[in-house]
Amino acid sequence: MAARIHGGAGAGAATALSTFNPKKLVAPSRTNLPAARSSKRCIVAGGGSDASKSLSVRHSQKLIASAAVATKAETSATTGTGHELLLFEALQEGLEEEMDRDPHVCVMGEDVGHYGGSYKVTKGLADKFGDLRVLDTPICENAFTGMGIGAAMTGLRPVIEGMNMGFLLLAFNQISNNCGMLHYTSGGQFTIPVVIRGPGGVGRQLGAEHSQRLESYFQSIPGIQMVACSTPYNAKGLMKAAIRSENPVILFEHVLLYNLKEKIPDEEYICNLEEAEMVRPGEHITILTYSRMRYHVMQAAKTLVNKGYDPEVIDIRSLKPFDLYTIGNSVKKTHRVLIVEECMRTGGIGASLTAAINENFHDYLDAPVMCLSSQDVPTPYAGTLEEWTVVQPAQIVTAVEQLCQ
Amino acid sequence: NKRGGRVKLQPMVMPQSEFDHAEKEGALYGKVMVHESVEFLLVQKPVSVAFGRFAVKIKGGDMALSRLTSRSNGISRPLSTAFGRFISTDTTPITIETSLPFTAHLCDPPSRSVESSTQELLDFFRTMALMRRMEIAADSLYKAKLIRGFCHLYDGQEAVAIGMEAVITKKDAIITAYRDHCIFLGRGGSLYEVFAELMGRQDGCSKGKGGSMHFYKKDSSFYGGHGIVGAQVPLGCGIAFAQKYVKEEAVTFAMYGDGAANQGQLFEALNISALWDLPSILVCENNHYGMGTAEWRAAKSPSYYKRGDYVPGLKVDGMDAFAVKQACKFAKEHALKNGPIILEMDTYRYHGHSMSDPGSTYRTRDEISGVRQERDPIERIKKLVLSHDLATEKELKDMEKEIRKEVDDAIAKAKDCSMPEPSELFTNVYVKGFGTKSFGADRKEVKAALP
Repeated sequence: MAARIHGGAGAGAATALSTFNPKKLVAPSRTNLPAARSSKRCIVAGGGSDASKSLSVRHSQKLIASAAVATKAETSATTGTGHELLLFEALQEGLEEEMDRDPHVCVMGEDVGHYGGSYKVTKGLADKFGDLRVLDTPICENAFTGMGIGAAMTGLRPVIEGMNMGFLLLAFNQISNNCGMLHYTSGGQFTIPVVIRGPGGVGRQLGAEHSQRLESYFQSIPGIQMVACSTPYNAKGLMKAAIRSENPVILFEHVLLYNLKEKIPDEEYICNLEEAEMVRPGEHITILTYSRMRYHVMQAAKTLVNKGYDPEVIDIRSLKPFDLYTIGNSVKKTHRVLIVEECMRTGGIGASLTAAINENFHDYLDAPVMCLSSQDVPTPYAGTLEEWTVVQPAQIVTAVEQLCQ
Repeated sequence: NKRGGRVKLQPMVMPQSEFDHAEKEGALYGKVMVHESVEFLLVQKPVSVAFGRFAVKIKGGDMALSRLTSRSNGISRPLSTAFGRFISTDTTPITIETSLPFTAHLCDPPSRSVESSTQELLDFFRTMALMRRMEIAADSLYKAKLIRGFCHLYDGQEAVAIGMEAVITKKDAIITAYRDHCIFLGRGGSLYEVFAELMGRQDGCSKGKGGSMHFYKKDSSFYGGHGIVGAQVPLGCGIAFAQKYVKEEAVTFAMYGDGAANQGQLFEALNISALWDLPSILVCENNHYGMGTAEWRAAKSPSYYKRGDYVPGLKVDGMDAFAVKQACKFAKEHALKNGPIILEMDTYRYHGHSMSDPGSTYRTRDEISGVRQERDPIERIKKLVLSHDLATEKELKDMEKEIRKEVDDAIAKAKDCSMPEPSELFTNVYVKGFGTKSFGADRKEVKAALP
């Protein structure tokens, strides 16, 4: 099976090989795909190929780091020029480094302290930094988000964790009015350097209320930035950049991506918050995606390559504001755009992106912008139904074929 | 009542104050103390008790107790008339008794004797008169359509702002809701900034982009200025958390109204504050009406100071600047040691909820004028000043004239100020721009890169 060669900044880590059956809508395996690094960052060493063994097709709950993950790569550095770790560990590393670097950074959320975080992102931090910097809050999103914002007004840099992004709907008032708008309504007097993060997206049969995609609700709040991470590399980079940013940043993680394994550099690095990531350069069609859909797209890309298409895959990463520069250059090259996202059809990120591309790059388009998004339904519990609400690789392949006629 | 409702508007007569004077008869003192304590046992809300029925015959005095406290009737004068006239820098201490004792919940109430000085009394009078004048001027500006949108006026409640300012430093933070003009002034804001912001000019404190409900002053730790009812309380507890985090020995006063007291996020924030021992003081400015809804119709338990349950609380007469001062001092000491405390300021607003509310559809004009006659905070200070012989009527009137002129000048200057530049539409959205573009409605005409 062809391993994609990613041009640019050097070979990535191990390529995962997995069986792909386009006919059956099986829950796709979480493939560990090397990401072409964004141009500014350091070179990643190539290396070990044992990562593929440690991946497994997951059908069980993601909330527990199962023993199926063979090696916890934190302590093992295979070639010494990078270390392998899981996405949640990458987030933890980023958080820990920033907390070491700046004493104003604190974490608040439910069960982030002694419990270690419901997805283990904050594991070990409470022991290291103490109770005043890693704060276990009671279950009151509205209040503790408000408190984080109030603390940020005075100069602290809280990282507010929502146990699930859907719970942050309870704090929507604080995020919209006080977080997004305070810098403006105070005439620039107060900056709110908060990071609001949490896992969202459709998981494994978690039910409607725990599978929400809040990107679409937050996207029109003026004054905030939204980023979505998809690999351990960009998770750590975006986390660090978000903490260092003076603007309020909402960092969207995905429940199913926490156990992705990748090798990341030992050196310190951050990712640009407003930049999109070129996952796979190509010629025929631009596929814009983010978060978990990136892996569906890459899976579809394999099929497409076999069929002779050359898709250019861009992980947009920055959901607000869009990196229209990278996207624009890509559109000018390929003249066709397909957006694959997990948001709802109505009013989602894809809808805004479609509008933005149509307005700005209309002359460069040879075909209408197509947007594949989730169905406008509450996510059902039944496994088969849940698969059908979300975009599957087979649909992506069909869409590309349709666009490229 | 006259509208057929259940609200029984009792005449709110100012209860008797105890002043230090040599001519007080021992029997009178005893009688007053007994009566007061009995009244407290019988009545839930001591403020609105009709003390008028309580008759004390004093030579030359008549029934209404406001007369009792009016020193200018010559009932008695302090013997120490050695104070000169109008020495505004005199810091000779004067002890003043608050009008009512404090009612406490889970703590020991502070004493009723408040230390003050000549300078402070005159300062109080001057600043409160300034605040009052500013609010009345804002009223006329609103009617002249120079101020648009929402304008929530604070007249009647000035004592809360003044009393609080008297005991805190610029490091202590205050955060309040939308009735923030006077608190901004108290924190060091200038009249010009206030009026410029109200009229949407670029020299306003928020560059004209905030408006009446968004006054902020970072250098004096005034955190605004928030439109959504109740949302400022978690923010205030967050500020208290930050103060504890950097070990600043400062406290935060998170102010809200009786309407906001029913918001859930208040109790959430209070729970966290009590858990983490944060130096936050929640101040409920109870003006008895949440927009048009009277207190008894909105809250099952109108004792807001008790609502903290496990958090101590204190009920204060919010129309008495010295009671507020004493309570805030007590609260600050308490919060720095023991964590959160709730203060309920029993106060009243003469205007309606905002300028679009006439204020008379849910309460009688008699009630408003009754409070104005008997409990007005500025009148109280004025009587104190006159009775302690610190200034004459004429001097006070001159002061008021001067204040009026100051306000008028500020308004004239603010009217001259220009509107914000169009490019200001796009500034301060993000802290540092990244060349993103912002568009107008049709995406062609107005296009700007966010700076």
